Amino acid sequence: MSSVATNLSASRLLAVALPIVVILLALPQFIGIYQTELLTYGLTFAIAALGFNLLLGYTGLLSFGHSAYFGMGAYTVAFIGRDLNIHSMELCILGGLFSTFLISALFGYVCVRHTRIFFGILTLALSQVLWSLAFKFFWVTGGTDGIRVARNSITLLGGLIDFKGSGSYQRFVYSYYYYVLALFVIATVVMWVIAHSPFGKALQAIRDNETRARFVGIRVRRYRWFAFVISGLFTGLAGILWVPLNGLTTPDILYWPFSGEIIFMTVLGGFRTFTGPIVGAIAFNYLKVYAVASSQYWQLVLGGVLMALVILLPTGIVGTLPRLFGKLRRS
Amino acid sequence: MDILVIQLLNSIFYAAVLFLIAAGLSLIYGVMRIVNLAHGSFYAVGAYVSAWAVGSVFGAAATGSWQLAGQLLLLPIGAIAVAALGALIEPTLLRPLYNRPEEYILLITFGMLMVLEDGMKLLFGGTPLSAGTIMDAMGSFHIGGLLYPAYNLVVIGVGVLAVIGLWWFIYRTRFGVILRATSQDRRMASALGLNVGSVYVKAFAIGCFMAGLGGAVVVPAQAAVLGMGIDALVLAFVVTVIGGLGSLEGALIGALIVSFVRTAGIQFFAEIELAVLYLIAAAVLIVRPTGLFGKG
Repeated sequence: MSSVATNLSASRLLAVALPIVVILLALPQFIGIYQTELLTYGLTFAIAALGFNLLLGYTGLLSFGHSAYFGMGAYTVAFIGRDLNIHSMELCILGGLFSTFLISALFGYVCVRHTRIFFGILTLALSQVLWSLAFKFFWVTGGTDGIRVARNSITLLGGLIDFKGSGSYQRFVYSYYYYVLALFVIATVVMWVIAHSPFGKALQAIRDNETRARFVGIRVRRYRWFAFVISGLFTGLAGILWVPLNGLTTPDILYWPFSGEIIFMTVLGGFRTFTGPIVGAIAFNYLKVYAVASSQYWQLVLGGVLMALVILLPTGIVGTLPRLFGKLRRS
Repeated sequence: MDILVIQLLNSIFYAAVLFLIAAGLSLIYGVMRIVNLAHGSFYAVGAYVSAWAVGSVFGAAATGSWQLAGQLLLLPIGAIAVAALGALIEPTLLRPLYNRPEEYILLITFGMLMVLEDGMKLLFGGTPLSAGTIMDAMGSFHIGGLLYPAYNLVVIGVGVLAVIGLWWFIYRTRFGVILRATSQDRRMASALGLNVGSVYVKAFAIGCFMAGLGGAVVVPAQAAVLGMGIDALVLAFVVTVIGGLGSLEGALIGALIVSFVRTAGIQFFAEIELAVLYLIAAAVLIVRPTGLFGKG
């Protein structure tokens, strides 16, 4: 019975997701290079928010330290490029995921002993250990200058695509867009499978009632730990993909306000739904870029939006739109 | 030896400022169960407003020794302004969210932080604001062969007064009893006829006042700069986590530990000074999540 329901919702999801993927595939033909680059940023953040939401939306744990995993991925790519002189993106991804796995397994093991506000503060404190190390060990990390990751030295698909010679910027933006899009689709599918697997259901049971979940026989702490590591890996992948796009990694992405931005994205889209974080991350990226471009007081604008969102639209964009449509249809 | 005395005084100076910020954060958490991410920004607002008041026409009106007295009296304006801001924010922005999951309160205080950080840039500009004239006017005194600014002793004095004052206020006054009752059981306090809403406004305003006072007393020694609130918040978190969220004694012990470790860290292990602080906080959370002085 339940497998039938899952198949049904899977086919429905496919019916919604396929047109979106087709649109995303065709979009660079119409929107120009700058918009394509912006959308690539949005897709990387979407992967981060998707991972973050496995903890917040599905497990009920609010992490205030996800900058740590994003930054860990980003810095690993920078180290691999600078110190090992390896520029193959696939190797960078493997290396970055490995280091993110280690750090999120370690931090997660410590953090899942607590819930609620103590969980949040513990994740915050541990992420700030990484930040202060990146900030102070300038002979390793470049300090506030960060580490440059040159776009034209990166190669994709095991060296098939490189960006040497003329027009490298254009070629990079378009190739990299499809590269990130492919990984985004894979990440989304993987996360969808995780969220709808028995494991995902167990996480939701823990979120809704920890005691009852324990009585059913779920090993609560271990499940939370697994969710933490998966969540960290997704956010780490986002950090890995973000670095070549940005061309530079600085301690800012390890500082705790960046964790706040990841939370912001997720709440903007709505953390009670699967697609919310994706919509939220892409929307947040546009919101931030246009706020920064139009005013030097962009934080004021974003902070105001966040406060209005929390008070007026607590279910986020994805949670609110269907209700709005429903109201329109009825009237 | 002289250096040791000066470093000791420096740590106590630093502990006094940290205590002011952390005690406010802890008080708000203890009574209202709110982790206020904008608390560091309140501290920064206090610093900016005080520096502005001292540097403005009122501050420059008098001359001679009257000028110093006048400027010292103008310093607390920052704290009062922040308390007023807090009294405005609690009923309008926080109260609608008390019935929702606690994540929303955390988020709205993060929004407040963003707005306040840029609001300060908008009002006071990007250049640092200083009230250094007070520090200069008070001069310095000799410790052995070294000079130490006399104003730092004022800050230490304010810190000691704040510890005694807060302790007296919470454990010896009627309002203190009401505050503790509300923090222990909000619904029971309400059932016994206490106006919980008004207790909350007052508690939040007092917590904000402490943060503003921290900013006000620090600004003659260190100029108010953008971003100071965000840095201060994380340190205040470390203090309250070590001492125990919601505990006054904890805020005091935590502030002393953090400032001594920091002073020693800058002297001996400058690279990992901050990392060590966060690791201490994490270690305390692992062993005793409620902190050294937390209840439960």
